[in-house]
Amino acid sequence: MQTINLTRDYDGDFVHRVEEESGQNVSLCYQCGNCTAGCPYTFAYDIPVSQIMRLVQAGQKKTVLASKSIWLCATCESCTTRCPNNIDVACVMDVLRHMARREGLAAVPQVKTFWDSFLDSVKAHGRVFELGLTVNYVMRTGRFWTDLDLGPKIFPKGKLSMKPHEIAGKEHVARIFERFERESNS
Amino acid sequence: MSEAIAYYPGCSGLGTSKEYDASTRAVCRALGLSLVDIPDWSCCGSTPAHTKDHVLSAALSARNLQLVAGMGIGTAATPCPSCLTNLRTANHRMEAPAMAAKVNKLLDDPYAGGVEAISILQALVEKIGLDDMKAAVRTPLTGLKVACYYGCIMNRPPELMAFDDCENPMAMDNVLAAMGATILPYPLKVECCGASYGIPRQDIVARLTGKLLDAARSIGADVVAVACPLCQMNLDLRQGQVNRALGTNFRIPVAYFTQLMGVALNIADAELGFDKLCIDPRPVLNKALSGADTQAKGA
Repeated sequence: MQTINLTRDYDGDFVHRVEEESGQNVSLCYQCGNCTAGCPYTFAYDIPVSQIMRLVQAGQKKTVLASKSIWLCATCESCTTRCPNNIDVACVMDVLRHMARREGLAAVPQVKTFWDSFLDSVKAHGRVFELGLTVNYVMRTGRFWTDLDLGPKIFPKGKLSMKPHEIAGKEHVARIFERFERESNS
Repeated sequence: MSEAIAYYPGCSGLGTSKEYDASTRAVCRALGLSLVDIPDWSCCGSTPAHTKDHVLSAALSARNLQLVAGMGIGTAATPCPSCLTNLRTANHRMEAPAMAAKVNKLLDDPYAGGVEAISILQALVEKIGLDDMKAAVRTPLTGLKVACYYGCIMNRPPELMAFDDCENPMAMDNVLAAMGATILPYPLKVECCGASYGIPRQDIVARLTGKLLDAARSIGADVVAVACPLCQMNLDLRQGQVNRALGTNFRIPVAYFTQLMGVALNIADAELGFDKLCIDPRPVLNKALSGADTQAKGA
């Protein structure tokens, strides 16, 4: 069992920020474990979601933001749907990765790189360019073996476009990202 | 002909789920559900956007809701549950004036609300109705044993999605039953398939999708019917990866529910895109349908 010295390690500001950014009252969690029981990702997590909730209550910012779990949550909404206290747990997980990003943390870097590659594609074209996104991810991670086996299966289907679907309003979409970046830095 | 609905295909509809887009359009046309394309729609941001920031995510969706509002249409329908979640979440979060102000600050043209986003499945059930769908059946899917898999976010969380049951959804079951198919009780209707972790963490998808395929096989499904492009990709395109990772030998066709509806409505094969799937469901379809035919003649 993990022992935490709450007098020494409690980060009240962190608890407050999580509650403010998620709009959730994390003290409502009474550790029933329903979220973990239904979470399909528990096997891959380093910290089960119910324990993430407990660590948030205990103000354990470093442990939580450095966890792999927050990058492996797929927002499948099982926890949120089944929480007896109506806590939007998936939203809390989302907010924790927002905070981790701001701290420069990403315990499962390839997941963050994949999501970033996706958003870069949207920013550049207005819509996701599926093949370009995959190539971008492979180049950035150096994981050249990624899905090589799927090429012969999917290319003959004629589904993957070789060129992005550029939209007329792609500058508008790019401006959404630019304004967001400006707002975040201000 | 029902009132017009704005149609948001989602990015995968132009690529990896072309056959979902094509069969959706064909089925809606056959049933008299009028879909109007949204001019110059853009990506909703999907999962990557909401994992980065909720204002950014809402803005990417709101650009599209604003385009629909500009068309003078109050309802947008999308076949993709991820798009649906994002569009609905944007609407929900923008009900708070402070959030709406932050989102609109990122947009060229502010969105004032007023456009509801629903799934194509919901549109069919609510705007056409099971009775009219049933009346339109030309080739009943008699004898075809189907496991209906809804995916994790089609109906969850219920307060946000506000359609069907969040633990045991029935809309797709009912629609395909109306098409004459035999619907099997599939226990993992809303379990997650591994979502977009197929690229960064294939091991996760192999395990979660493996469970789904195993359950479908154990109840004797001829085909798994799906309503989500990402679920379809994981269960079908990645089925070989699942088999290699788990030492299994699944070979289960995974088709969009709209493709199966198309067969029942006698829509031409070319419009349904079965050739775009990795495991072709047509052999099991033909077998089931010809079996029903023989039985009918024998009776």
